[in-house]
Amino acid sequence: MNASDVQTRLAAAGYVADDDLAMAAHLALVLGRPLLLEGAAGVGKTDLARALSAVLDTQLIRLQCYEGLDAAQAIYEWNYQRQLLSIRAAAEDGETGKRVEERIFSEAFLLERPLLRAIRQEESPVLLIDEIDRADEDFEAYLLEILSEFQITIPEMGTITATTRPVVILTANGTRDLSDALRRRCLYAHVAYPDRQTELAILKAHCPEIEAALAGQIIGFVQALRKEDLEKTPGIAEMLDFAAALMGLGIADLTTDPVKLQGAMATLLKTQLDRDALPTEVVQRLAGKAA
Amino acid sequence: MSRATRFAAQDAGPAARMAGFMAHLRDNGLHLGVGETRTALEALCHVQASNPAEARRALQAVCTGCAEDNARFEDLFNAYWLNGGRVAQRAVPQQRKRSDHVHSSREVQGEDLSGGAGAPSAPDPGRGEAEGDGEGRLMASVTRRRMQTDLRQLVTPEDMAEAERIARRLGQALSHRRARRRRAARTGDTLHFRKLIRASLSTGGEPLTLPRKRRPEKPLKIIALCDVSGSMTVYAKVFLAFVGGLMQADDKADAYLFHTHLVRIADALRDRDPIRAMGRLSLLANGFGGGSRIGASLMQFTRTYARRFVDGRTVVLILSDGYDTDAPEQLAEALARLKKRGCRIIWLNPLKGWQGYAPVARGMAAALPHLDLFEPANTLADLEALAQKVSAL
Repeated sequence: MNASDVQTRLAAAGYVADDDLAMAAHLALVLGRPLLLEGAAGVGKTDLARALSAVLDTQLIRLQCYEGLDAAQAIYEWNYQRQLLSIRAAAEDGETGKRVEERIFSEAFLLERPLLRAIRQEESPVLLIDEIDRADEDFEAYLLEILSEFQITIPEMGTITATTRPVVILTANGTRDLSDALRRRCLYAHVAYPDRQTELAILKAHCPEIEAALAGQIIGFVQALRKEDLEKTPGIAEMLDFAAALMGLGIADLTTDPVKLQGAMATLLKTQLDRDALPTEVVQRLAGKAA
Repeated sequence: MSRATRFAAQDAGPAARMAGFMAHLRDNGLHLGVGETRTALEALCHVQASNPAEARRALQAVCTGCAEDNARFEDLFNAYWLNGGRVAQRAVPQQRKRSDHVHSSREVQGEDLSGGAGAPSAPDPGRGEAEGDGEGRLMASVTRRRMQTDLRQLVTPEDMAEAERIARRLGQALSHRRARRRRAARTGDTLHFRKLIRASLSTGGEPLTLPRKRRPEKPLKIIALCDVSGSMTVYAKVFLAFVGGLMQADDKADAYLFHTHLVRIADALRDRDPIRAMGRLSLLANGFGGGSRIGASLMQFTRTYARRFVDGRTVVLILSDGYDTDAPEQLAEALARLKKRGCRIIWLNPLKGWQGYAPVARGMAAALPHLDLFEPANTLADLEALAQKVSAL
């Protein structure tokens, strides 16, 4: 499989990747390196992981990062309730402390979280570590260790080594700066807003029944909108929602019904400021240009 | 393919050329180690390396690590591998001669503000000299430094030391915010189950002691924005010393200065040698002592760096007198947007220390509703007093 194969197969899975991204994904697969994707929100970073798992016909394991994420949620946790119950039951049966201890710190009492699950699969899964920049820096350091060793140490049980290496995809959208160490460990691709052709292809892949004229207008309109000074620039997901909304409202041409168009703008503009910044006249002007 | 660089015959094959390319990238400020060279060679084995576009994409995925590097990689690649068919210098030794590509490729980039992943000096047009640590460019900066407005004359080492002490105390004062992750502690808001199970093993499952955990305190991050326009010249001494101290004391802090536009100075100020830090700063402060466009500069900050660095645990410290040549509405809007990111905004105004001062400057009046704290600051003592007030926020 080479880069353009990856590109075609991703396209078959409904993901339109540009050449740079397809190459990065290809290398991530053949070199077994994690792939770090950066870019604005809504450009399809997360979706790549889904498409890759479809291409490889494997499971997608997702770890959503957030501030305060810790080992108990990311790697493993003991099932405390079961442990407590088990200790009590054992006490009534007169089991020795040593044996109880061995039993309650065993496999059956372990709750797998995404990272541990990812390295213990039969077939290597796609592990998506979403929005890594939201997690704390100390978690990032811990993650680095796992990504380089592919083993996890549980003090009560010992070291668990990966049975298979997952394909690791990390995404970030610049909430904070990632450490150099993490960047160096990963292959890197910057995912930008797609150009006209690519975005048109994405729209057609998701809404095959859309008319060519309307599709062209939608893309022209959304691309023009991205050049406006907005707080939240609409991404691909917003564009698709917008297209769906237009089709649902039965609009075949952006310029015909300003009121309905303004209504459909709710799918593109997500803050009050942005809505205020684009009154009906401006929207009409943009729509006129796109038509 | 006719554009491909012809390499000197003495060069020992592709691996040496690759090493030369890596050195070329390093000269241009990419952080690459030996490991990357190996990965790059390995990556080329998996693609059609004879196709320049494909080789470029593969190397780009391996060698770049942030959006900014990514954007200029194609130029760097072309400069080395597709050098118009010319014969290159020997690839392995003497890479430094090729470092004029630094400037050509950088200048093509123009003022790319949004992309920087903490690039030391991206926004300033006169930056070429200041940013690198590579010896080749430092030479240039030494000569340029003497010619420009030199902040070293404004700041004495004693001031720096004093400012650093104060800045450190301020850093401590700001550390009273909780982090989200919980650590074991004698008193805390949640039970530490892991310990609890262990402890109750010996008592037959009866949890007699209840170990707890709580969120450790996590320091606030300070971002200082220092006005160095003409009207601020006399205070710049104190403020820059203070900001410099802050940078040295707190490795999470971030700093910018602005006059007619905004420049990131955190990396320059972190230079271990305080005098050299001031030297690098002078280079960045092109236009120092000129007009002030506070509104525009803050707006620029809000649109670019703030999106990446400002969050609910950030204190934005603005050091300015509020004399703005822009419309006050712009300043108000910039602050309102900044405020929405959940940060605290503190404005330190040297004029407030004067008797009978009222914030009548239009810009200042417009800014007031958005500030968490508006304080005088024209001496180091004022800055010192700040620590208590900030911790009360």
